[in-house]
Amino acid sequence: MSSVASAHQLAGAGAGRAAARRRRRSQMTEGQRRPGWVTYTLLSLVILISVIPLYYAFLLSSSTAGDIARNPIPSPIPQGHFFENVMRVLNSGIGFWGAIGNSVIVSVVTAFLVVFFSTLAGYSFAKLQFRGRNGLLAFVIGTMAVPTQLGIIPLFIIMSNLGWSGKLIAVIVPGAVTAFGVFWMTQYLSEALPYELIEAARVDGCSMIRTFWHVALPAARPAAAMLALFTFVGSWTNFFWPFIVLGSSNPTLPVALQLLQASYFKDMSLIMAGVVLATLPLLALFAVAGRHLVSGIMAGAVKG
Amino acid sequence: MTWRQRLSRWDVKSAPYLYIAPFFLLFALVGLFPLLYTGWVALNKWSLVKGNQGFIGLANFQYVLAQPRFWDGVTNTFSIFLLSSVPQIFLAIGIAAVLNANLRAKTFWRMGVLVPYVVAPVAVSLVFGKLFADESGVVNAILTNIGLDPIGWHSNRFWSHVAIATMVNFRWTGYNTLIFLAAMQAIPNDVIEASIVDGANRWQSFFSVTVPMLRPTIIFVVITSTIGGLQIFDEPRLFDNFSLGGPDREWMTVTMYLYELGWNVQKNLGRSAAVAWLLFLIIVIFALINYAITRRIASSDTRPNRKALVK
Repeated sequence: MSSVASAHQLAGAGAGRAAARRRRRSQMTEGQRRPGWVTYTLLSLVILISVIPLYYAFLLSSSTAGDIARNPIPSPIPQGHFFENVMRVLNSGIGFWGAIGNSVIVSVVTAFLVVFFSTLAGYSFAKLQFRGRNGLLAFVIGTMAVPTQLGIIPLFIIMSNLGWSGKLIAVIVPGAVTAFGVFWMTQYLSEALPYELIEAARVDGCSMIRTFWHVALPAARPAAAMLALFTFVGSWTNFFWPFIVLGSSNPTLPVALQLLQASYFKDMSLIMAGVVLATLPLLALFAVAGRHLVSGIMAGAVKG
Repeated sequence: MTWRQRLSRWDVKSAPYLYIAPFFLLFALVGLFPLLYTGWVALNKWSLVKGNQGFIGLANFQYVLAQPRFWDGVTNTFSIFLLSSVPQIFLAIGIAAVLNANLRAKTFWRMGVLVPYVVAPVAVSLVFGKLFADESGVVNAILTNIGLDPIGWHSNRFWSHVAIATMVNFRWTGYNTLIFLAAMQAIPNDVIEASIVDGANRWQSFFSVTVPMLRPTIIFVVITSTIGGLQIFDEPRLFDNFSLGGPDREWMTVTMYLYELGWNVQKNLGRSAAVAWLLFLIIVIFALINYAITRRIASSDTRPNRKALVK
């Protein structure tokens, strides 16, 4: 008797829970419902495809050239020659140490300059009154659609005449301003910086530049960090212009990678060690700051 | 007026122009001037080594337009561009739709999708170049293992384009996915719920509500991938170690031809500049066509529907 009752109770309780769950679910709106396992499986697949080529590069970089030649499909376990291959890349005569240094300098300086000039111009467009503001801003936005890469020949002639060919400054200066950066900071500052703050600083006797320095710059910090991140990734991965203007004597990392391929094309373990070496710093940066990169793109970034 | 007041007034007037000046000066020097000056270089006999050797009118354009290689480059560029952009946009919208669910650990999934974006195109090319190697590549090894014929990734024009487009898609799909995801999250929930209340199933509401509302984003992605895609250089350049675009220029793009004329073989910057200008014209025309098509596709049959739903 008691066992039957408890069975009923159990069933009733179970049914009650299920009904409650159904009720809750029907009350949930479309956007609140938790997705099922199909969604997670699909996404896992997408991420697997994103990561597998990188893992493959790492596997090859930890093998020997002979192993790679024998088996087209590598063993999924790293083989333990990674550091040996990395040392071979660094001592290869391509100038990999120099390339690492060059990439760091170019990316850091470019990111800094882009952020500074963009914040300066963005602040002016967003918060200051001047004749021709709208027209000039429209011009800036218009230039975003112009493929500047096609001006590469005169740019090369200019750099040769300045005596900058082969020097890092020839890569840094053309990268130091972007229309996108100005647009980005204008958008952000026009929302994030209240006029009251600027006026208060002016009333207190701040000059225009002190107002920029003490009021606008601190307000711009979050957007500036994202812009710096984008610019850094963009100049770290850039190839065409550094390849043309720097040549093989003073390469950045992508240029050094292509030299590696041209000189050692049979030695895949060496080339892939170079690939890993060039990619790891950005992966590390991504692990730390990737969420900001994501939210930056979601806020409407443009391909660099 | 004291000099101090005068100074302050001058400060207020000039500051805005001073702040935007660096952008405009540098852009004029490294962006606008080179773009226009390319037109002048193209009208001259201009050697990489000897410099300008005099005005020759349209001879560079005549030369370039008469080269079968130039037209090879145009065909290859368009083929690679279509093979990368079209699947990429569909994939990105699809993945964005999946990511748009109310996921646990949202940031993790979004970051995962974006990983390829931080890998340099040169590095991507080297890795995929090995994956798609004719003799010793993983893809051909898998094909042979399941009993299919290996594919001549470096001998067949079409398949070389597929391999290169795959590299582009690998790097950019996640990036565009996040742009589409942002646009989807901006769609108000009640519009989608209204469509479901009106009896649409999830697929119907996705295609007749979500996709049409993505129209501005689709146009944006199409235009940016046109500008970038038609200038493609890194991936095809490194697809083999000779860097010429294949024995019969199977995957040589317009930008590779530009480089070859200017720096590699002829050292003729005038002809190279003519290629740059022609490519610029192609990009502008194609971007406009794309704009018109995307506008039409995204707006024709779906607008009345949406109005009905919102009502």
